[in-house]
Amino acid sequence: MTDVSVFPGPASVRRLDSTSDEAKARVRRRYRSEARFRRYGIAAIVVTAIFLVVLIADILIRGLPAFTQNSIILDVPVTAEMVSPDGNRSPEALRAGDYNGLVRNALKTELGLEGRVATGNLSKLLSAGSGDKLREAVVADPSLIGQTVKTKALLSDDADLYFKGIGTKVERENGTAVATPSDVKGDITVTAPQAFAAEITHLRDVAAVRMKELNAEIALYEGAGDQALRERATPLKAQVEALSTIVNTTGAEMMLDSSVSSVLVAINGGLVKITKLTNDVASGTVLLPLKSVEAAQPGNWQRVNYVTPEADRKVDDARVAILDRLETDGKVSLGFNTLFFTAGDSREPEMAGIRGALVGSILTLAITLALCLPIGVMAAVYLEEFAKKNWFTDLIEININNLAAVPSIVFGLLGLSVFLNFFGLPRSAPIVGGLVLALLVLPTIIIASRAALRAVPPSIKEAALGVGASHQQAIFHHVLPLAMPGIMTGTIIGMAHALGETAPLLMIGMVAFIVDIPGGFTESATALPVQIYLWADLPEAAFKQKTAAAIIVLLVLLFVMNGLAIWLRKRFERRW
Amino acid sequence: MDMMTAHQTRSLTQAASAANPKVVAKDVNVYYGDKHALNNVSVNVPDRGVMAFIGPSGCGKSTFLRCINRMNDTISICRVTGKIQIEDQDIHDPELDVVQLRARVGMVFQKPNPFPKSIFENVAYGPRIHGLAKSKTDLEGLVEDSLKKASLWNEVKDRLQESGTGLSGGQQQRLCIARAIAVSPDVILMDEPCSALDPIATARVEELIDELRNNFCIIIVTHSMQQAARVSQRTAFFHLGTLVEEGNTQDIFTNPKDQRTQDYITGRFG
Repeated sequence: MTDVSVFPGPASVRRLDSTSDEAKARVRRRYRSEARFRRYGIAAIVVTAIFLVVLIADILIRGLPAFTQNSIILDVPVTAEMVSPDGNRSPEALRAGDYNGLVRNALKTELGLEGRVATGNLSKLLSAGSGDKLREAVVADPSLIGQTVKTKALLSDDADLYFKGIGTKVERENGTAVATPSDVKGDITVTAPQAFAAEITHLRDVAAVRMKELNAEIALYEGAGDQALRERATPLKAQVEALSTIVNTTGAEMMLDSSVSSVLVAINGGLVKITKLTNDVASGTVLLPLKSVEAAQPGNWQRVNYVTPEADRKVDDARVAILDRLETDGKVSLGFNTLFFTAGDSREPEMAGIRGALVGSILTLAITLALCLPIGVMAAVYLEEFAKKNWFTDLIEININNLAAVPSIVFGLLGLSVFLNFFGLPRSAPIVGGLVLALLVLPTIIIASRAALRAVPPSIKEAALGVGASHQQAIFHHVLPLAMPGIMTGTIIGMAHALGETAPLLMIGMVAFIVDIPGGFTESATALPVQIYLWADLPEAAFKQKTAAAIIVLLVLLFVMNGLAIWLRKRFERRW
Repeated sequence: MDMMTAHQTRSLTQAASAANPKVVAKDVNVYYGDKHALNNVSVNVPDRGVMAFIGPSGCGKSTFLRCINRMNDTISICRVTGKIQIEDQDIHDPELDVVQLRARVGMVFQKPNPFPKSIFENVAYGPRIHGLAKSKTDLEGLVEDSLKKASLWNEVKDRLQESGTGLSGGQQQRLCIARAIAVSPDVILMDEPCSALDPIATARVEELIDELRNNFCIIIVTHSMQQAARVSQRTAFFHLGTLVEEGNTQDIFTNPKDQRTQDYITGRFG
């Protein structure tokens, strides 16, 4: 090698020659290694951050709409026969009145609708709690009976979701010819020379495009080897079948069904759903009654398109018509969903709230804290400061550490067999939940407290002993107060852990459908995470939003608790 | 061995000649587990004045100091044999309450360790737990008196409620001394009290020790031979767990009898 010339002088003298190629290469290698390590670190953080952002954004997008709720503002005539048919005006009797009926009738009159079908549609649009506000007003002031009262009626979940964008796009186009309706209600025809020719072509084109897409999808599924995937093609084939009748319409007459966009005609203050189109005549059913059969000039009537096919949405044309009308009339008001924070659980998504679960969680955590803090701190102080160090205390320490790693469901089983079956404590009650969570959190608190006690410098204890304080005085006057911020931090983090815990609560029956807000430690209750678990199982789209909203509430609580822990740590942090 | 025994005998006779010894230690052995840390140490400490323990690191001087207020009891593997008497009372007497012993034998540590409480509370803590003050004004008087004795009063009298940890290092150490003398101990043990302080703060503490020697029996462990020479009247030299030589400070520094003492004070090892 050429080293001989690079390293002059005697071989026995070893010193760094920073100008040699080898040394330079070594430096470069070190720089590269450091840069590589930094890149790995940044990459890891970026990946984590992306996951976090996606998770939180997803939850926020799903959950935030649930914090608002649509209602309609209505003038409701409060009639005595609906509210108190027997003339009894005591609050109890007034409470039993049919306020939902009042609201429904008022809306029916408002829209000029008649018949049982319309009543059924309105019932689906209004919440089962639509008359609650009115009931409260009337019970508080019985003199309202006989008058017309302005009230805010809660909309059903489907109607609410329609306004939150899970409905259909509504397109309007002014009519190009003079249109003449044949009647104001029932099945009618609207005659408008050459006004519908463009519509027919448009519908056919849209249907053809959609059919092509569906056929491609079917081919994809049928090419798959998996039987389950192949079966997915079947419903799509039915759709293609329906679309093909439209596409294959060759003459000037088109029959419309729920597989294509709905076509409606808005004329003379009414709305007609079209089932058969020719170039000149549209025949269909009146959804909202017309005011007259007068001919409407071009520009005074509109063709309306509900773009999403009726088969693909939850709210049918008749109800979209009603909601659309209410919206254009400015009767719909979007407000903060206070019910979500004041109500217990409900089978109706728009009336379901988290108050019950929240109170249940608070009661449960109160029990947990009341048990954990004194027991945990005393155990930690004894083990850390007073217990003799021998195999027995080592065994206890190892077991405490092991307990912290035991799956939480095991604590639930323990609670089930010990607290419920042996001690006979009430099922589903916060007291049992609190006991089980206390078992779960106790090891965490003991470990955190011991760490906090150990972090207090021994010089403080020595100083106290030096002025003649007893061991116990030194611990309780000096060491424990100094360890308290650390202990509180550990406790809060333990409590946050307990707040998010679900599995053990399932085992002890805190997983029931409980409408009433629990009033005590032995009443049936559920907890926030269990409520989320319950709602996530329900099929209604609105409950999916409620689930996400409840997760947001839970996360906010956890963030607040962890923030408090951090604040405590910063506030009382000492440098020795 | 012969020589050592001879020295011990001499030191004992010298100590006996010192009037009315406050602390009498006889054949003290200390074991940390299997390690024999202190070997047959016997020494007498006079009632008033300052006695310095010097010696290289790990020679056992701090260990011996911590025997005098039984601070070694807090170390589980530590075992002490031999006899230590304070004013003719055996400190290992089972009848004796170790907490009361520590109230009688105050201690000042290497690193200033005031409680993270107010200056007032730091000084008042000892009298309070021992019930030395009858009333609030009595306690305030006691605190003021202690701080004055520790020559800290003028610096802190306007901020007694501020945290003791906010003081400078030297002030903190004088606060610790005030805390120790607040319970009027018979003996004050100082374990390298100036090793964490700058020269000016060290000078203040040394002045303070010099003032206190008229009223207290002070035992000071120090690494600095100059400090031992400045503040102490008697000096004991420890080496490898044994007490090599003990006597009047002036004699030790000007006329050491043992070769090891001679080597140490002239800086040949240590």
